[in-house]
Amino acid sequence: MKPAPFRYARASSLAEATALLAAAPGDTKLLAGGQSLVPMLNMRLVRPAVLVDVNGLRELTGITPLPDGGLRLGALTRHAELAASPAVRERAPLLAEAARHVGHAAIRNQGTLGGSVAHADPAAELPAALLALDARVHITGPRGAREVAADVFFRGLLTTALEPDDILTAIEIPAPPPGWGFVEIARRPGDFALAGVAVVVRRHPLTLPSLPRGGEGIGAVRVVGFGIGDRPLRLIGAERVLAGGRLDAEAAARAGAAAGADCDPPSDVHGSAEYRRHLATVLVERALLLAAARLAERP
Amino acid sequence: MTEPSERITVRLTVNDRAVTQVVEARCSLADFLREDLGLTGTHVGCEHGVCGACTVLVDGRTARSCLLFAAQLDGRTVTTIEGLTPAEDLSPLQESFRVCHAMQCGFCTPGMIVTVTELLAQEPMPSTETIREAISGNLCMCTGYVNIVRAVEQTVARRATGARA
Repeated sequence: MKPAPFRYARASSLAEATALLAAAPGDTKLLAGGQSLVPMLNMRLVRPAVLVDVNGLRELTGITPLPDGGLRLGALTRHAELAASPAVRERAPLLAEAARHVGHAAIRNQGTLGGSVAHADPAAELPAALLALDARVHITGPRGAREVAADVFFRGLLTTALEPDDILTAIEIPAPPPGWGFVEIARRPGDFALAGVAVVVRRHPLTLPSLPRGGEGIGAVRVVGFGIGDRPLRLIGAERVLAGGRLDAEAAARAGAAAGADCDPPSDVHGSAEYRRHLATVLVERALLLAAARLAERP
Repeated sequence: MTEPSERITVRLTVNDRAVTQVVEARCSLADFLREDLGLTGTHVGCEHGVCGACTVLVDGRTARSCLLFAAQLDGRTVTTIEGLTPAEDLSPLQESFRVCHAMQCGFCTPGMIVTVTELLAQEPMPSTETIREAISGNLCMCTGYVNIVRAVEQTVARRATGARA
């Protein structure tokens, strides 16, 4: 359980980290929080020749409120910071809630937002939260800087839009939606989720007097499942069921049923595909009811 | 540009002592503490961040020392179970563990004490549920946790009444 030998360099600037990575991109790994990478190193599932420690890069830190009501989050933002930051709790409470579900306190103290997103574990909370929030991923590399929407960033199992010589620098989140819900089922607190759901509901821009009382008119809605596929997945069937209608218990139940029909979850020792599909159904319904309650609280 | 190297010089503070040492790049903080500094109170269990036995404080916050490389600790402050133990006798938390029989084999105990130290620094009056959640990342195969929770509750209660352990 010891890593294979490697060489280590502590980058002192983003430019230096980029150059160190460009020197041998296929054989170099960035070391941030290390809470996923180091277990993989210890088990020798990965054997890079070089580790570039980016923990000292101030360019990758900071939680900055944006003028449009959104947030910019440096890639080195720790999960514990996300969970505790007043700015995140106010402007992206879904993300703060998701961060509280990541691992245990010792993991949350070290693990980083950028690391979780770049690692792209299909059962991870933060990638799912970012997909629900329509986040943008900021990336820099030898060919310059670019940004990629979360919708197209996650490509498959542990696979993203990042090239081997890219560095994920920050995440930007648009202004917060009034309705949101985050739920997951795990065997114990801190375990990887067997399945989880993040939903974001925006109110319909028009007042809809035709809608009966007891349900909010739905504008844009995002329903995202995790632990139920090879990446965080938008459950489009559920979103379609909800679009343009009102959010009440009956709509939430129909969306849950659509989500269950929509996904093709994996079976493993922790749970069968059938069980995970059942969880997707139930969790979509629960997350939507939480979102409806929050919408009702904020007229 | 910094050249990647297999051997790194680190200067850090461990239990209030300044340490300067050349370490192998792949040497974990846990192995560094145990083998280079002789601080064997930090236990090594799973070596992939699951069991919590190797938990230490880095700049006052808990960390799995098997998931950090000693090379990363330059300029940081590390506190181990040895640093949380008074020169004589036990700390109030340790005394509660003793009184409540909160250990059997003792393998998980240093990690438990370090984890609960952070918990009580952040939440001086935790609920039973909060205590249980806080120690859920520290595996104990002997006690069934009941006496560990009891020990933490007793520490909290004694603090609240100002009584000495």
